[in-house]
Amino acid sequence: MKKTGAEILVQSLLAEGVDTIFGYPGGMVLPIYDALYDADLRHILTRHEQGAAHAADGYARASGKPGVCLATSGPGATNLVTGIANAYMDSIPMVAITGQVVTSLLGKDSFQEADITGITLPITKHNYLVKDVQDLAQTLREAFYIARTGRPGPVLIDIPRDVSGGTADYADPGPARLPGYSVNTKPDPEQVARAVRAIEESERPVIYAGGGVINGGAHEELLRLAEILLAPVATTLMGLGGFPGNHPLSVGMLGMHGSKYANYAVSECDLLIGVGVRFDDRVTSKLEAFAPGATIIHIDIDPAEIGKNVGVDIPVVGDVRNSLQKIIECLQPRLESRWRDKIQNWKKEYPIEFVENGRLKPQEVIKEMYNVTRGEVRVVTDVGQHQMWAAHYYTYHRPRTFITSGGLGTMGFGFPAALGVQVACPDETVLCITGDGSFQMNSQELATVVHYNLPVKIGIINNGYLGMVRQWQELFYNRRYSYVEITGPDFVKLAESYGAVGIRVSKKSEVREAMEEAMRVPGPVVIDFPIEREENVLPFVPPGEPINKMLG
Amino acid sequence: MRHTLAVLVENNPGVLARVAGLFSRRGFNIDSLAVGRTENPDVSRMTIVVEGDARVLEQVTKQLHKLVDVIKINDITADEYVDRELVLIKVNVGPAQRGEVMQIADVFRARIVDLGRKTLTLECTGNDGKINAFEESLRPYGIKELVRTGKIAMLRGFKYTGYHDNGTKEDN
Ligand SMILES: Cc1ncc(C[n+]2csc(CCOP(=O)(O)OP(=O)(O)O)c2C)c(N)n1
Ligand SMILES: [Mg+2]
Repeated sequence: MKKTGAEILVQSLLAEGVDTIFGYPGGMVLPIYDALYDADLRHILTRHEQGAAHAADGYARASGKPGVCLATSGPGATNLVTGIANAYMDSIPMVAITGQVVTSLLGKDSFQEADITGITLPITKHNYLVKDVQDLAQTLREAFYIARTGRPGPVLIDIPRDVSGGTADYADPGPARLPGYSVNTKPDPEQVARAVRAIEESERPVIYAGGGVINGGAHEELLRLAEILLAPVATTLMGLGGFPGNHPLSVGMLGMHGSKYANYAVSECDLLIGVGVRFDDRVTSKLEAFAPGATIIHIDIDPAEIGKNVGVDIPVVGDVRNSLQKIIECLQPRLESRWRDKIQNWKKEYPIEFVENGRLKPQEVIKEMYNVTRGEVRVVTDVGQHQMWAAHYYTYHRPRTFITSGGLGTMGFGFPAALGVQVACPDETVLCITGDGSFQMNSQELATVVHYNLPVKIGIINNGYLGMVRQWQELFYNRRYSYVEITGPDFVKLAESYGAVGIRVSKKSEVREAMEEAMRVPGPVVIDFPIEREENVLPFVPPGEPINKMLG
Repeated sequence: MRHTLAVLVENNPGVLARVAGLFSRRGFNIDSLAVGRTENPDVSRMTIVVEGDARVLEQVTKQLHKLVDVIKINDITADEYVDRELVLIKVNVGPAQRGEVMQIADVFRARIVDLGRKTLTLECTGNDGKINAFEESLRPYGIKELVRTGKIAMLRGFKYTGYHDNGTKEDN
């Protein structure tokens, strides 16, 4: 059957199970928008393409399905770049579709031409410039397949206007044909056997779990492994929610802003089992001093992660869930563990804490958020101090309930991502914990949440500073606060001017009531929490130090 | 140590940029890279000479594998293989010295491909060592211009770095 490229695109999206796309129109996507006009697909019009990219990313993180964003050529496409890089760093399945100038004008610096496949080469898992409408259906099939299989990631498809506006015979393209792409999901039995032996011989095992556990749906297996070994589980920022935070074996987060007991456990363990992690520098800090006495097992689907940052003793390459199952099958449960008892003592001795002083403290705000929501909502954060407080003082029990920009650390991610999470989870409460700096980077999306009545609750941890940078200037630059004091609008009025509800809370005693009020409101709510301005995130590993040398 | 990689890639536009970008981004050192088509019109072959220890090589190989357009990678360094490179050299020689240079060319089985009033252009193929020696022998005459293709290589005997369309990525 003859179809236009744009119709083929819509048809292909539907065939991939896409129900929603986030986008922004322009000249080079006119044929696509014409097809969307009466397509059986929900399109959310954001107020900035960056918002669309982060929303698609948030949608993917919450649902596990690829998020889809759409933008026009040139500036529309370049506005997606931060969002694509963000998804790439955190291995999030996403398909970004961009319009492009007509094929005859390619490479001529034509109006609104940007070489977006060139620009996104290092920040996509793969990308395509489709020059022939005949290739469109096959390309889309491949793009979705690549985005969601193996180690997930963003794929970009650049479609010139004469391709989306051209016509071709459409038939389902069948499975993706990719001779250069294969995913090894089954771990090598010999490596599994070696891992099992090392585990059996260990006395002080620690599990170090990351975003791969969530991407790979391995949280149940992780729990079983920990309980069999009575081993503490330290998660990365990306791994939060992959292991129940209130479980006695949970030691919270490790690394630069980890808990002392997690970092002590890693420093003294004799076996470190890395599951879906990449030994990022924010976790390891001084590499030579990271888990110095430990045998290291590294389980990951991406073979290139093995040995990239640290030498690994036993690599297990495969799907993390599958690999953990294979390992667990061979293990006998431990009945007691002095190591576990030691860690329980550390937990009592070195709790994560803060000092109350009568002024509103960010930690109290977040704890109260937890109490009111009982840890049952989807939390989406921005980047900065508030992100770390959200990691420390809210407890995450289930995967995909803590959504944050880990690898790229993108300020401005939180709110549009929360919008995408709300679209993916219409029946759940979505709580965006943001900073006054971060929120101002994409606050225009208030119009979007109001327009679509996406009832996101936005808590602004407002210190009047780019707080995380201020903290570094305080600690390492003699309190020379250089351009970190940041003003903003009256956030309550800002919310109201968009048609959302705004609330301001300046006393601890009002936090609970305000949160409950926000939950009752059927639409989006902004709560401004003016907090103690110079509060620091502690504990903290100064850069270049071993992770057990913590301040605070 | 220097390693010679035979890399089969899909003949897609942009594949060279992907490979080159990967090397520069991750700080891998390319000594030479030669690319051309193969017996299969959909597949090109790159011969990449890269410098690095075992750990670097492991990363190079694994990162290359992650490129969707890369079908197969073969580190042939330790195998028996034939390698060739072609060089074109233009030297500053007038009629007086032509004889001498032609004798050198003879020794290296090089050919004269162009003759000008004051220049002579020679072509020579061989492995690295031979090409380097040839270049050194001509240096005293004054090399005006030199261009090398980069090395291409092929395994000896029955072994080969072929591509079988069974839908999987191979790694020998
Ligand atoms: C897009 C972007 N620009 C700059 C930074 C550097 N940076 C990291 S945290 C931070 C401050 C964030 O301020 P705010 O959102 O108010 O959060 P706070 O630390 O005060 O809680 C900055 C500027 C970044 N991470 N992202
Ligand atoms: Mg702030």
